[in-house]
Amino acid sequence: MILDGKCPTGPIEQTWDKHRFDLKLVNPANKRKYNVIVVGTGLAGGAAAASLGELGYNVQAFCYQDSPRRAHSIAAQGGINAAKNYPNDGDSIYRLFYDTIKGGDFRAREADVWRLAQVSNNIIDQCVAQGVPFGRDYAGYLDNRSFGGAQVSRTFFARGQTGQQLLLGAYSALSRQIKAGTVQMYNRREMLDLVVVDGVARGITCRNLITGELESYAADAVCLCTGGYVNVFYLSTNAMGCSVTANWKAHKKGALFANPCYTQIHPTCIPQAGDYQSKLTLMSESLRNDGRCWAPKKKGDNRPPQQIPEDERDYYLERKYPSFGNLAPRDIASRAAKEQCDDSRGVGPGGRGVYLDFADSIKRLGEDTIRERYGNLFEMYEKITDENGYKTPMRIYPAPHYSMGGLWVDYNLMSNIPGLFVLGEANFSVHGANRLGASALMQGLADGYFVIPYTIGGYLTTVKPGQVKKDHAEFKKSVEDVNKDVNRFLSINGKRTVTDFMRELGGLMWENCGMARSKESLETNLKKIPALREEFWKNVKVSGSGAELNQQLENAGRTADFLEFGELMCRDALHRNESCGGHFRSEFQYEDGEAKRDDANYCYVGAWEFKGIGVEPELHKEPLKFENVHLAVRSYK
Amino acid sequence: MSDHKTMTLTLIVWRQKNANDPGKFETYTAKDITEHHSFLEMLDCVNEDLIQTGKDPIVFDHDCREGICGMCSQVINGAPHGGQDRTTVCQLHMRKFKDGDTIYIEPWRARAFPIVRDLIVDREGLEKIVQAGGYTSCHTGGVADGNAILIPKPIADEAMDAAECIGCGACVAGCPNGAAMLFTGAKVSQLAILPQGQAEAAVRVKNMTKAMNDCGFGNCSNHYECQAACPKGINVKFIARMNREFLKAQFA
Repeated sequence: MILDGKCPTGPIEQTWDKHRFDLKLVNPANKRKYNVIVVGTGLAGGAAAASLGELGYNVQAFCYQDSPRRAHSIAAQGGINAAKNYPNDGDSIYRLFYDTIKGGDFRAREADVWRLAQVSNNIIDQCVAQGVPFGRDYAGYLDNRSFGGAQVSRTFFARGQTGQQLLLGAYSALSRQIKAGTVQMYNRREMLDLVVVDGVARGITCRNLITGELESYAADAVCLCTGGYVNVFYLSTNAMGCSVTANWKAHKKGALFANPCYTQIHPTCIPQAGDYQSKLTLMSESLRNDGRCWAPKKKGDNRPPQQIPEDERDYYLERKYPSFGNLAPRDIASRAAKEQCDDSRGVGPGGRGVYLDFADSIKRLGEDTIRERYGNLFEMYEKITDENGYKTPMRIYPAPHYSMGGLWVDYNLMSNIPGLFVLGEANFSVHGANRLGASALMQGLADGYFVIPYTIGGYLTTVKPGQVKKDHAEFKKSVEDVNKDVNRFLSINGKRTVTDFMRELGGLMWENCGMARSKESLETNLKKIPALREEFWKNVKVSGSGAELNQQLENAGRTADFLEFGELMCRDALHRNESCGGHFRSEFQYEDGEAKRDDANYCYVGAWEFKGIGVEPELHKEPLKFENVHLAVRSYK
Repeated sequence: MSDHKTMTLTLIVWRQKNANDPGKFETYTAKDITEHHSFLEMLDCVNEDLIQTGKDPIVFDHDCREGICGMCSQVINGAPHGGQDRTTVCQLHMRKFKDGDTIYIEPWRARAFPIVRDLIVDREGLEKIVQAGGYTSCHTGGVADGNAILIPKPIADEAMDAAECIGCGACVAGCPNGAAMLFTGAKVSQLAILPQGQAEAAVRVKNMTKAMNDCGFGNCSNHYECQAACPKGINVKFIARMNREFLKAQFA
């Protein structure tokens, strides 16, 4: 099947405005007759639930945490991009559009990216109105910093806690709607199934994480805003509860999964310290505004960093990419760090680390300025490593951070299942094969505040409200199916814990489908993952009962889904015989080690259709057309 | 990788099956813990052992494990989040303990935070306080340009100092009165400091204060335990600011 993204045609500058006008509207008095489910309350979900509630729809919102404010968007540090051009340094909507298409290594849709760039400016205004305390100068104007993959300063920030402040803005708007009664909030609920009736999304099945009860919720449309899947690597910068579960359940009900092999490995994270470790911590990309990445020139150089003289240091990003320097995009900076370590020039335990050094900036600007810019990050670094980043260079290493792949959606953010919308990181739409820094916050809020409020109306005008109620047979069947899984987990009573399995799967994914992949490594995983999955269903140990708060059971469900999803990710990576963005196949590279795309054969979105567990999925293609930005070898030299 | 010396610790942990169970302390041993383990990773290890021996693992709230989501909530040796300066439980590392230590672990204890299970409490009261007015009533779309109102850096910075609150509830757990004044004061102040929040300042402080009282939180009697417990170091001056705003609102 050739997929149609339903992108508007014509001059790119007019596409979104024209499309918005063409979308049918729901009359204000009719909006309250429609129920909309929003799963997840991060930037995309929080903004969507608040905006749809304000428009007058009946919204039911769900999150697995005890408060919508805790979604993992909260952890984003550095900033949010917008094409405001406040610094007068040459930015424009077109340039943000261009940078994002190029940054994504020409694997995203032009129309979607244009819209993102266009609404980016509205987002900043919206957040300011909510009381988000963005960084400002003494005259009172909004301040900007630079991020990777751009030569302009277009990143707005709130100290090192931009994600927190933007999420609290969306959360406050959501709280206002909860108070107004337009949004019914369900905390501590995990979505465990999508209910599809006659091919149309009609609701969800949730587990109440406190009582263990399985609950049905019906609606006229379902929005998944459930984030990304890089916890498939077990160790990542994601929160412990982040999972592929909501997306995977929708996939098993027919939603296509697009480009699952596009995962972002963030270059600047604190290196792993031991086998017991449960997560990795990011050090914001903004640090590369003032920090310089280097590794010793000599192999196995064990001297403390201060004792390595200047001419024996390799500032590898400045050397390889002089025009972008330390602000090379993430995929490129990560691979460069790995290259140094693979060449036995890594530092710290196990030689898996490089330095991020602030000495020059401290000399130039003073420690106080650096503290003011990044104080909380230096504090966080010290708490974890017991080292003072002002005195000695930070040690960093790449870690899984974000997933560009996700459920396939059309221009209206609707999946191939009518009535199922997917927003934010959970969809695949704008970042192509690599996301630029400070663009995730932009996308989440764009989808939630400024896209879904328009596009969902276009869909709802085509359906009669309240057609399917939760007493429908499909809802009952869904609850029975989920219940079967719960009982199956509890009845195995094997020898290995859930964490033990997840750690093994994560190891396989990182080793064979991580920063570099090859035909051989992927084929290894395609043998090992099904075997591990089989063992899981025979030998996992989950104690307690289903009718209570049971964290083992929650993790067992997420792990079971990752064990199925991991296989799809490897399959996608194996089929894509090219390197692009975060997907680096070691067989496909230029002599200097840069990624080698194959536009003749792979300039498409690869969207997979579920055919059964362990059964080969079917690939559908959506060809990508580039009419405004010309396909070219991506260079940051 | 683990060539570090290891510690053995005795844990005395509050176990409570559900809200109605009276609950009690149980003793466990944590073995092979290195100084690089975070406190929660230490508990993970204990839980893996408990699961293997067929016992119920210790249930606790956690998510981001980088000190920002506000989910983790444990009183360690009598101090919320373990009593280290500006540190959440998830950011607390075992290098702060030594081999042979005995560690007491309890949930937040406050009238407004009923215990759900073991170390998990119900913080719905904090939600109600925000819902009562912790926002500006701006609509999505139709707002002015971000630079239309100038907010000089010192003002933006002070608002940010208040806005840093992660909503964990340590201030309530640390307060002898179980008050949520620091939590509420931080939000009231953030929006009272910024020009965007002025229009609704009076009604906001009144409504949020009422919600705070209705949810069973106590009042402030200047112990400053909240500031000491706060992992973001939110200053008690924001409580004073809220009190001023409250007084002003009576005449508004």
